[in-house]
Amino acid sequence: MTSQDISATSSSNAPLSAPTNPVALLRKLANVPGVLAAVTFALVLVVWETSTHVFAIPSFVLPAPTRILAGFDAVTTGRWLEHVWATLRIALFGYFLSIAFAVPIAVALARSPMLSKALYPILVVIQSTPVVAIAPIVIVVLGAGDAPRIVITCLITFFPIVVSTTTGLMATPPELIELSRSLKATAFREISQIRLPFAVPYIFSALKISITLAVIGAVVAEFVAAEKGIGYFIQFSTSLFKIQQAWSGLVVLVVLSLVLFQMVSFVQRLFFPWSLSKDGR
Amino acid sequence: MGVTETPAMRFSGLGQVFQTRSGPLEALRGVEFDVARHEFVAVLGPSGCGKSTLLRMIAGLIKPTSGVVEVFGLPVDGPRDDVGIVFQKPTLLPWANIEDNVVFPAKHKTGMVSQKDRETARRIIKTVGLEGFEARMPSELSGGMQQRVGIARALFMNPDILLMDEPFSALDALTREVMGFELLRIWESQPKTVLFITHSISEAVLLADRVVVMSERPGHIIEDIKVPLSRPRDMSADNAKVLHDFTGHLRNLLLKRAA
Repeated sequence: MTSQDISATSSSNAPLSAPTNPVALLRKLANVPGVLAAVTFALVLVVWETSTHVFAIPSFVLPAPTRILAGFDAVTTGRWLEHVWATLRIALFGYFLSIAFAVPIAVALARSPMLSKALYPILVVIQSTPVVAIAPIVIVVLGAGDAPRIVITCLITFFPIVVSTTTGLMATPPELIELSRSLKATAFREISQIRLPFAVPYIFSALKISITLAVIGAVVAEFVAAEKGIGYFIQFSTSLFKIQQAWSGLVVLVVLSLVLFQMVSFVQRLFFPWSLSKDGR
Repeated sequence: MGVTETPAMRFSGLGQVFQTRSGPLEALRGVEFDVARHEFVAVLGPSGCGKSTLLRMIAGLIKPTSGVVEVFGLPVDGPRDDVGIVFQKPTLLPWANIEDNVVFPAKHKTGMVSQKDRETARRIIKTVGLEGFEARMPSELSGGMQQRVGIARALFMNPDILLMDEPFSALDALTREVMGFELLRIWESQPKTVLFITHSISEAVLLADRVVVMSERPGHIIEDIKVPLSRPRDMSADNAKVLHDFTGHLRNLLLKRAA
């Protein structure tokens, strides 16, 4: 057993000390985080590019990556930024408004079982309403402008934050609640010093989901009525049959969502590093 | 201990019935015993015999269904300041360092932490053998060290009474024994009245002045017996013999009932 272990270790160590071996070098490279994913992604792009040429796929069915890249030239950088900002503004506004409502409601739900019984079914009904279906109605009711778009973004981001925060508030170790009670602390301190911090890992898992949902909400609102924004740009491009241009809009949206998601992760790593460790849960 | 002195804790005619979904559950029946000031009493019994309920009654977290719980001669009618609790798990705040965890009772009770509180915390951290770890995070500490912090947090408010709810049961056997002797060292340096809940016979015998043995549910006292060992406790040949016999007696008592 022991001798096997030793030989296994030494054999896996041997290529490390001899990096001239190309297979070993590749294996070592593959262990670098992100490399495998990047290589896979590059391969997908290459296969995509070559297959559109080899099989002569019309660009309105599937444009080659290089043609999508060319689609970026359709409008000026300034115009792109305007579109991005229009979408980003609504997504962020709705997102933060949603947090501002969701967290206090979660605290109320966690504190009062009666309120929870009364409100929870309504929340489920809101969550079950397809946001795409309700968007035109909201826009008719609230008129053109930012208000309906923000409402639509709120509707889609709200539920995950409420549910996850409530779960986190309830997952506090009962011993700490007993400690709080034995110290005769106020309910406010029990929430602010024990329950809310304990809910941080739960809140952030919802915030990460909701930030991408916020972008979806903003785009859906633009599909219904807008004169600016990436969602509007995609719809406008398809209506003119400029498919590669629509694809470039899609790429911008994906990048926007990824960047926002990474920013939320970064905020968590920066301010709540403990919530990423196993003990944080 | 003077016989006439007011006991630190008194349970008299104590009964507890919990209302559960499947009907009423009688947890305790006719529990009756005193704990003198600065006495170390272990409550020994099988799981679910209501040992922890006794502890929570002293802490003022549970009101007995019948009977009276008194602390220093006065009935307990709510949470009290002169009681510190050590739980089964350390349950530290994962976002706060060790010092902040120890001063947490002050912060939680009053909303602020004074310089004097921090000095007290550092002194207690030293007492529990964690000097130099003040700025570490709980996740960087072993289970035994985390429970030392749990003890330090309970000692922070300088309580007269220390309530310990199976505090070492989550630790490995070796750490558990070390922590037992550490607890005795701390207790001898700053005497407290200790109510120590455990289901380990040897732990109860090794640590306590007196062992209160409880039955399975509904929990009642089947034996209340002084530990015939002198202090400080050590593993001398004489002690080992007494320990062996006494432990055997308690084991027979509990096993006979379990069979």
